[in-house]
Amino acid sequence: MPEQHTTPQNSSVLVEIKDLRTYFFLAEGVVRAVDGVNLTVNRGVTMGIVGESGCGKSITAYSILRLVSPPGKIVGGDIFFYKVPKDGSSSQAEVINLAKVDPNGETIRNIRGNYISIVFQEPMTAMSPVRTVGQQIMEAIILHQKVDKKTAREMTIDILARVRMSNPERVVDEYPFQLSGGMRQRAVIAMALSCRPQLLIADEPTTALDVTTEAQILKLMRELQEELGMGIMYITHNLGVIAEMAQEVAVMYLGRVVEKTDVKELFFHPLHPYTQALLTSIPQLRDALTRQEKSRLNVIKGMVPDPYARLKGCPFHPRCPVMISGVCDEVEVPEIEAAPGHMVRCHLYTSH
Amino acid sequence: MTDQVQTAEPLLEVVDLKKFFPIRRGYFKRVVGHVKAVDNLSFYIMEGETLGLVGESGCGKTTAGRSILRAINPTSGSVFFRDPHLGRVDVAQLDDEKLRVVRRSMRMIFQDPYASLNPRMTLLDIVGAPLRAMNIAHGSELEDRVAEMLRRVGLRPEYMRRYPHAFSGGQRQRIGLARALAPNPKFVVCDEPVSALDVSVQAQILNLLQDLQEDLGLTYLFVAHDLSVVAHISDRVAVMYVGKMVEMAETRELYTNPMHPYTEALMSAIPLPDPRPRQKRVLLTGEVASPANPPSGCYFHPRCSYAVDLCRTREPELEEVKPGHFVKCHRARELSLTGVSEILARQ
Repeated sequence: MPEQHTTPQNSSVLVEIKDLRTYFFLAEGVVRAVDGVNLTVNRGVTMGIVGESGCGKSITAYSILRLVSPPGKIVGGDIFFYKVPKDGSSSQAEVINLAKVDPNGETIRNIRGNYISIVFQEPMTAMSPVRTVGQQIMEAIILHQKVDKKTAREMTIDILARVRMSNPERVVDEYPFQLSGGMRQRAVIAMALSCRPQLLIADEPTTALDVTTEAQILKLMRELQEELGMGIMYITHNLGVIAEMAQEVAVMYLGRVVEKTDVKELFFHPLHPYTQALLTSIPQLRDALTRQEKSRLNVIKGMVPDPYARLKGCPFHPRCPVMISGVCDEVEVPEIEAAPGHMVRCHLYTSH
Repeated sequence: MTDQVQTAEPLLEVVDLKKFFPIRRGYFKRVVGHVKAVDNLSFYIMEGETLGLVGESGCGKTTAGRSILRAINPTSGSVFFRDPHLGRVDVAQLDDEKLRVVRRSMRMIFQDPYASLNPRMTLLDIVGAPLRAMNIAHGSELEDRVAEMLRRVGLRPEYMRRYPHAFSGGQRQRIGLARALAPNPKFVVCDEPVSALDVSVQAQILNLLQDLQEDLGLTYLFVAHDLSVVAHISDRVAVMYVGKMVEMAETRELYTNPMHPYTEALMSAIPLPDPRPRQKRVLLTGEVASPANPPSGCYFHPRCSYAVDLCRTREPELEEVKPGHFVKCHRARELSLTGVSEILARQ
């Protein structure tokens, strides 16, 4: 793999994760939540990260912001963030290795909420119940943009209007409980976008919402991305949402990226048996509405193994329908570029 | 009274079901209004059929399911059920003694497999509880029955003495299913049974629900908000909005030929696992109306792009516009709405 981070000029690369390992050291053993993840997020592009619960997708995101707290620890790898100054003083990106900075230090605190921000799944728990929506959004603005309260308040109303909140002048003085779920998520997005971040991490932002509200929020995020040109890392388990939001997709299984390609390729030519199984195990509207008899869904046999277990070879081999005995359960799988821009981690595409 | 005409008579018939929750204010807890959670709900389910019930959160679909089972007492209305022991009864009017009998045949499974199982009870206690409470089995007979139920839902009978914490979400959902099916019911209300599960586990549970339905001749009321899941499992689908049913039809008909603007908006919001852009999308604006203070006329009119003056003043009736296709909309006959036909045409 070429060492791109030495030549950041004119590069569209925003974040480059290399061989990231985030482990949790518990009394019962070590959980390898993120175990060798390689990912690149480009400017203005949405990278979708899809996987089942426990696959490490959220921990990958938290590692970028250094929000993983003990017993979790980044034990290896690099997270290069290409920080372009916001004041336009230089187009030259400064490279910061987030995996190596002090998690409580000046550097990361200047980045969090400013250059990189996050939208969580549950809008109610992401906000403080005892402070108004306005106070919470203003906090980040005052901290990072060095403006006075009055200006910050105007900027807050402006950003609330931008997330299509009806009546922003009123909402700014309201408490989160006074808003509906969809409106609350808009407020959280407003908070995340208040400092015009270069990377927005969205961790299942619509999972707790109804479909109609979800459709509104997804549309809003696409529009805001166009306006602000930010890169988005969109984490979800919903393949339908991935199809709607992402241009590139990474599929994770047990702490690793097992397949990574552009969205069309993933849906029309999935290579990894896990991706293929995921795609056939979701109920498809077309199949449901065109069949004569009630059909059964394809299932992935077995279940996600015990998190403390460390499997030899490919971690998917106990559940894989095309497992090659003696290879998949023995030999470690490298990342293979099966087609241009299409990475897969599976022995079917190696010469063993 | 038992009616022998098995084919024509539905297993369950809900007529004008209402559940209002009082809003109380002040020192004397005076009733100042009502939350009309379920308002004039009527439908039927044939034996062996699955009726999907969809709608946004707060539309009353869970309250409807609970009122039908008398988990909460409905405010008014009737729930006629063809009970194997009692014959056709109105569940809404039954006394406690008869209700115990009916509850063998009408059961429920819940959304959250973590909250719905008592962590201090073993699987034997959990699955055996309805058998014991209903005096169906005791002692070794009870154990045999529990073992059989666990096997049916794909769990090993040896696990009987374990506690729920030892099981994953999907396995817990199977335990909940074993408990519901233990007294050999006819009718099961499935309240969002797969929405807390991962996709691969969701597929296992959906298949299991279908297998059990075929093997045991079960009838389901399947309450869910995921429209792809509902399309997959349901024979017919009913759509609720703010406590009222706005549309009901056979699954394929509802999805390809929706006749209520709200259903059209729901269809258009489904996130499809297909990256190609969709042609026409109707995005709803505004918020769901409050069931405590609903708008005048048709409850959907403030968000409806097709609304006319009549919609603001008079509430439409639920009408059978086509055989088996019920719609509650003044303009159902004149509008031509978009369903998901576009997706079906794709290769």
